[in-house]
Amino acid sequence: MNADAVPLLEARGMTMRFGGVTAVNNVDFVLGEVELRCLIGPNGAGKSTFFKMLTGQLTPTAGTVRFRGEDITGAYPHQVARRGVGIKTQVPNVFDGLTVRENVFVAAARLHQARTARRIADETIEHVGLTRIAGRMVGQLAHGQRQWVEIAAVLAQEPDLLLLDEPAAGMNKEEVARTSELIREINKTKALIVVEHDMQFIRMIAKTVTVFNQGSILIEDDVHTVLSNQSVRDVYLGRQAA
Amino acid sequence: MAGAIASGWASFAAMLLAGLVLMFGLPHVFDLFGLLQMTVFVAMAVLALSQGFIWGYGGIMSFGQSAFFGLGGYTYAVAVMNLGDSTGAVALAIALPAAFAALLGYFMFYGRISDAYVGVVTLTVTVILFNVFNSTAGDWYTIGNAPLGGFNGMPSVPPLNIPGHPDEPLDPGQLWYAAMGSLILVYVLLRGVLASRFGRVVVAIRENETRAMLLGYDPRLYKLLTFTLGGGIAGLAGCLFTNWGSFISPTAFSLAQSAQIIIFVLVGGLGTLLGPILGAVAIQYMVTLIGAQQKVDGNLIVGVVLIGFVLLVPQGVVPVVRNVLQRLFVRTPRGGTAPVASEARP
Repeated sequence: MNADAVPLLEARGMTMRFGGVTAVNNVDFVLGEVELRCLIGPNGAGKSTFFKMLTGQLTPTAGTVRFRGEDITGAYPHQVARRGVGIKTQVPNVFDGLTVRENVFVAAARLHQARTARRIADETIEHVGLTRIAGRMVGQLAHGQRQWVEIAAVLAQEPDLLLLDEPAAGMNKEEVARTSELIREINKTKALIVVEHDMQFIRMIAKTVTVFNQGSILIEDDVHTVLSNQSVRDVYLGRQAA
Repeated sequence: MAGAIASGWASFAAMLLAGLVLMFGLPHVFDLFGLLQMTVFVAMAVLALSQGFIWGYGGIMSFGQSAFFGLGGYTYAVAVMNLGDSTGAVALAIALPAAFAALLGYFMFYGRISDAYVGVVTLTVTVILFNVFNSTAGDWYTIGNAPLGGFNGMPSVPPLNIPGHPDEPLDPGQLWYAAMGSLILVYVLLRGVLASRFGRVVVAIRENETRAMLLGYDPRLYKLLTFTLGGGIAGLAGCLFTNWGSFISPTAFSLAQSAQIIIFVLVGGLGTLLGPILGAVAIQYMVTLIGAQQKVDGNLIVGVVLIGFVLLVPQGVVPVVRNVLQRLFVRTPRGGTAPVASEARP
C-alpha cells in the first residue's frame, strides 16, 4: 500500500461505552484498498461492537471513521451502505419470507433497474453456488446456506469493502473450505474485514491479523507472527486449547 | 423466475376477469336493494385493501385506518357541498387523507418509534378525530356552506356526478359501477406497486428491516410512502361510503370501525390482496344477516368469529385455501419456482 494514499478505511480513537462498560477503547484501525484483514479475539473483546460502529448501527462515544477520506462517523447504516460498505452480520440478517433469488435481487436492485438487477442476482447466485436452491424460501434453509445467501446479498450490493462477521460459523469442513476459497476470490477486487473464531479458517485466508482483547488492539501483524505470539496464545489461543 | 412471473400474470388476469364479471354481472342478479348492499360491501373492501397493504406487505400495524376513512368521507361531503361538482371532491377525498397520513407517518417513522407505538399513535389519532368531529355541532362549525353537524353527522350529501356535469348525478345503480370500478382500480394499482422494485423493497423491509438498511435502503422513506398510499386508499373508501348512504357521521372514526378493518384482514388473510377483499365482504354480509335477527347480539358473534379464526385459521382463509390448492394441483419441482414476493406469506 502506498503510504501517501488515502486509506480505504481509517478509524481513529474509536471508543464505545455502554453505561459503565467500555466495550471498545481508543482503537485505531487503518485498512488499505483491496486489503484482507482478519480480526480475532476472545468473546466480548469488542469485535462486533467495532463492526457496528463502522457500519452506523452504533454511534461511537468517541472517535471518527473515515471512508476514502470522508467522515462517516454517526451516519445512518443506509448511508454507510451507499458509500460501498457491505456487512454480513454475526447472526444472519436475511429476508426469511423471500426466496434466495429475491433476497439477492433486492440487494442488487438498490443500484440497478429490475432487469439488470435480476441478471446480477442470477450471476451472483451462480458465483456463490446457490443456483440449485435459488427458488427456496430462505427461512427453510440450513444455517450454512443462510450464511451464503447473506454473503451473496452483500456481494450483489457491489460494495468496495465487505465486513464479514463469523462467515464460517456453523459450517462443516467442506463448507468452510468453500467459504475461504470464496473470500480469497472476492479479495481479488474488494477489501474485506473478517471476524472469525475458527483458527483453521484464519490460517486458510489470513495475511494480516488484528487481535482484539478487552476492547483494545493487542497486536496487529502478519498471520504467522501473530499466531506464534505468546501474549496472543495466552489471551486467546491458549484459553481455547485449554 | 420466469415461471413465477407467468403464474403471477395468470393470477392477475384471472382476478381482473372475475372483478369485471362481477361488476357487469351482479346488476343482472341482484335487485336494487341487493346491489346497494353490495356497494357498501365493496366500499369496505377498498378500506380493507388499504389495511391489507400497509399491514400485510408493509408490516405497519395501524389501529387507525378508520381515521383516513372518516377524513375521506368528511372531505368528500364538505368539498362536494362547496364545489357542486363531485370530480374535485373525490380527488380531495383521496389527497387530504393521504397528506394527513404523510404528516402523521413522518413523525412516526422518522421519529423512529417502535412498531407497538405506531399502533398506539394511530389508535389515539382515531379517538381524537372521533371526539373532534363529535363536538362540531352548531353553526360555528361550518366550512363554506357545509355544516359538520356534530354527532349527527352530515346528511344529504350530494352523490357523485358525471365528471364536469353536476346536473347529471349517478343513480344508486350507477354508483355500483363506480364503487366496483374503484375496487378493481385499487387492486390493479396495488398489484403493480407490489410487482415493482419499490414493492419488493417494501416487502423486504417487512421481512428484515436491519438487512434492508445494511443494503442501503432507508426504511423510514419506504414506510412513509406505503403509509401515505394506504391513507389515500382509505380516503377513497370513505368517499364511496359517504356516497352510498349520502351520509357521514363521526361513527366512521369509531374504535369499532377500526377493529372491524383489522378483522377483515385477519379473516381473509394477512399478506394477500384477495384476502382483505373477501374478508370485508364476508364479515359485512354476516353482520347484515345478524342485524336482521334479534336473539343474539351482533358484536358478540363477530367477536366469536374473530377468536375462532385467530385460534383455528391464524393465517386467514386465502393463504390456507391457496396452500391446499397448490398441494393438490401443482407439483413444485425441487428448487423450482416459488410464489413471487407480491403474494408472499407474512
